[in-house]
Amino acid sequence: MTTTAEPTTTEIGKSRVRKEDARLIAGRSRYTDSITPPGTLHIAVVRTTLARATITSIDKSEAEKSPGVHGVYTAADLGAEAVGMPCAWPVTPDQKAPQRPVLGIGRVSFSGEGVAVVVARSMAEAKDAAELVEVDYDPQDAILDMEAASKDGADLVHPDLGTNVSATWQFDSKAMGTGDSVDDAIKEAESDPDSIVVRRRFRQQRLIPAFMEPRSCVVDPTGEQITIWSATQVPHILRTMTTVTLGIPESKLRVIAPDVGGGFGGKIGVLPEEMLCVLLAQKLGKPVKWTETRSESMLTAHHGRDQIQDLTITAKKDGTITGLDVHLLADMGSYLGLVGPGVPILGAFMFNAIYKIPALKFTCSNVFTNKTLTDAYRGAGRPEATFGIERMMDELAVELGRDPMELREQNWISHEEFPFTTVAGLTYDTGNYEQATARAMELFDYAGLRREQEERKRSGDPVQLGIGISTFTEMCGLAPSRVLGSLDYGAGGWEAASIRMLATGKVEVITGASAHGQGHETAFSQIVADQLGVPFEDVEILHGDTQVSPKGLDTYGSRSLVVGGIAIVNAAEKVVAKAKKIAAHLLEASEDDLEFANGTFTVKGTDKGKAIQEIAFATFMAHDYPEDMEPSLDSDAVFDPENFSYPHGTHLAAMEVDTDTGRVTLRNYVCVDDIGNVINPLIVEGQVHGGLAQGIAQALFEEANYDEQGTLVNATFVDYTIPSAADLPSFTTESMSTAATSNKLGVKGVGEAGTIASTPAIVNGVLDAIRHLGVTEIEMPTTSQRVWRALQVAKGGNPMETPSDTHSPGAGLGSIDPNNPKGEVL
Amino acid sequence: MTQVRVTVDGVNYADEVEPRLLLAQYLRETLGKTGTLIGCDTSNCGACTVHLNGRSVKSCSVLAVQADGGEVTTIEGLARDGQLHPVQEAFRECHGLQCGYCTPGMIMAAVDLLGDNPDPTEHEVREGIEGNLCRCTGYQNIVRSVQSAAKNMKPGAVAQNAPVAGGGN
Repeated sequence: MTTTAEPTTTEIGKSRVRKEDARLIAGRSRYTDSITPPGTLHIAVVRTTLARATITSIDKSEAEKSPGVHGVYTAADLGAEAVGMPCAWPVTPDQKAPQRPVLGIGRVSFSGEGVAVVVARSMAEAKDAAELVEVDYDPQDAILDMEAASKDGADLVHPDLGTNVSATWQFDSKAMGTGDSVDDAIKEAESDPDSIVVRRRFRQQRLIPAFMEPRSCVVDPTGEQITIWSATQVPHILRTMTTVTLGIPESKLRVIAPDVGGGFGGKIGVLPEEMLCVLLAQKLGKPVKWTETRSESMLTAHHGRDQIQDLTITAKKDGTITGLDVHLLADMGSYLGLVGPGVPILGAFMFNAIYKIPALKFTCSNVFTNKTLTDAYRGAGRPEATFGIERMMDELAVELGRDPMELREQNWISHEEFPFTTVAGLTYDTGNYEQATARAMELFDYAGLRREQEERKRSGDPVQLGIGISTFTEMCGLAPSRVLGSLDYGAGGWEAASIRMLATGKVEVITGASAHGQGHETAFSQIVADQLGVPFEDVEILHGDTQVSPKGLDTYGSRSLVVGGIAIVNAAEKVVAKAKKIAAHLLEASEDDLEFANGTFTVKGTDKGKAIQEIAFATFMAHDYPEDMEPSLDSDAVFDPENFSYPHGTHLAAMEVDTDTGRVTLRNYVCVDDIGNVINPLIVEGQVHGGLAQGIAQALFEEANYDEQGTLVNATFVDYTIPSAADLPSFTTESMSTAATSNKLGVKGVGEAGTIASTPAIVNGVLDAIRHLGVTEIEMPTTSQRVWRALQVAKGGNPMETPSDTHSPGAGLGSIDPNNPKGEVL
Repeated sequence: MTQVRVTVDGVNYADEVEPRLLLAQYLRETLGKTGTLIGCDTSNCGACTVHLNGRSVKSCSVLAVQADGGEVTTIEGLARDGQLHPVQEAFRECHGLQCGYCTPGMIMAAVDLLGDNPDPTEHEVREGIEGNLCRCTGYQNIVRSVQSAAKNMKPGAVAQNAPVAGGGN
């Protein structure tokens, strides 16, 4: 059943401008690098430029003599040879996990890995001295191709593991009892003249999260508790993992995530540099600080995506899908990140997307290479899955000669069918794909653009038009703890909240969801203002400091509102219940005779009443309160969701491709998203815009490129091309709402939607523009060069037959195809 | 060490600095002007944008000594008499920021842009702030912020303090 929610409250649904902004627009910010306690020492990490080598010697003597240097240390010097960075997600019982040292011990496994650390009075002195550390290596050939690395007999990234395959994880709907057998579906389709089998290989290129604030960490050991400030998404997890990694009791650690300048999953890790700062601060008894440069960040902060997807879809020739077989290779890089192995696994449940697919099999092998490790990046596993299925739907439509939207509609879950249990075993509570699609097509003028497309085809216009579709869903609100347990994840998925009613009627709300740009302070204030009937301005949201907010699981996976927000609602309900008892006592009425509305308890049928602020003051005074309770309204709650939430939406992209130059232009982008009830439309719109930009950037602009030595060749913002304002158009975004039934607010989450949905819409659009010219596939990013080459090859031409200056060095960025630097004929 | 005399946000300073010290580092580390942020090593991101003698510069690509005798305005000195600059106001009203890290530089660049072009089209805004990167907003609300500020800064616009625009002089 699907419902459309009516707003019944005063703050929820209002486009409040953000509380956070007053400080940030005035430069009154506190990012980690701006924190420097007196006496702080600075560290610089000596990093290898080789992807795979044994260390033959490290000579620290010149560096140690350098001015201002307090010490130069290797892992052995710090007694940290046995320390290994944590991986919290053993996806299989036999998962192979190498020790990930704080500094390379005897060997290095990716370009950028640290081998020593310099501690000095200033950052400049530390960096000067780091240049003087002489490290000798015996280099070996880097292992870079995940497919070759996964084969038997391949050269090994970690010889002691005996294989480069960390784990192979499988989901089979037949074995799980959630659907039919894919193997049978393929066999049947192959022998049935009324069926079709479509096989495709897609590449999910490697991306760099590229948050704007470089990572930074300050550790102050001068108090009874060691204080760690870090530019992290996960202060609570960092505290626990510091204990797990270094053995320092959790009660002796305080972690603060102050203002954090973006994360997108990229700040979900626990870092060797954070552990180095703790070890060095303990050793030297002084505050220690590390702030990375941008190129350090690009080289060593975890990357995202990087999969090879082999997909097989089977269908009746009438368009009914009968099965989907998914084979993934996922490049882990050289080590396992905190949740890296689980990222591709999250996609297992999303490949069937919004479609009624009777049989699903998902097999994923996680593979080691000599590259930077991969882990969560906005969407984490779900963008990859959505790309795979939405590209396949277009491919199937092409093979069957059907309109791609019509084919989708034929197979998607209709709005009457909710709640719907999918072949992956998830129960989608609500949604209305027809409504979102109808609205998006209307805003987009789908029919009109199809006519224009035909006209341009007919006239042979050098600029062809393509229409890209993505009708996506995602699983949000990570996560029901029991589900995480069944996936062998090393933590739960609950979130905690506390509410303190102050004597003066002001309200402090403590959340374990630690924001880094999402606007929690504003949205959570709106929720609490409605729940308690207090002014929005009277609510203060406290977060990101384990001494203030001792319990939490932090911010990722579109969970803050869907899980953290519900914990806040539950805590508020407890506050109201306590206040009601005291109000009844003071008003000399029965609790049953009291009503609570707009912040006031009223005796039904009278004008007798007390505001919640009055109750708060009376409770503080404690002169007169019921004997069977404590004089406190303060309340805690921990919310563990029973189900994920399932936002969905229809995204449409009008892509223009100049067939003479290969230039791709995003002319128009329309999306209609159902994210359930909306707390703050302004914030939602901002999340969608930013998400779209990142998803579109994957399709059009970004890729982390390694050369054959295993060096990341675009490790700066000069050549890792995150989009600027001039690269993007304005988007038309709308939301509609079918309220989630899995939580009290009816919310579904929005942080990742735009990124998950948009990538396949763009690529489907590019191919739709030039498919009639014979182009069937272009790897991402679909740069002008790649599109132009694909067009030449489709024409039977030679992409080398071009004016020489087009490809000559110095012809500008993008003139050299990184996957084909020598310009070989494809 | 070299002496540098500079006025920053209305205060005069005289300091001995290493010749290699960047203006961004001087502002943050010597003067405590931590409102100005650093996001890259290659002058691409623009997070460190300030005004030097009325024009926007990326303070990571200016040496502190090059600012000798000059006047610097940072994000912390943009408000006048407790009144936010119209561009600052517009960023808040139009949700032109999320994590806030690009914001100081973005605002300083936008103020300079509006000094040169008080009524930019969407395209002109997008081109004009191309040197400042943002990873959160997708730029749409930043563009809206700059255009909204432009409207509010026009002569005769309601209830505005005197706009402080760089450039054009």
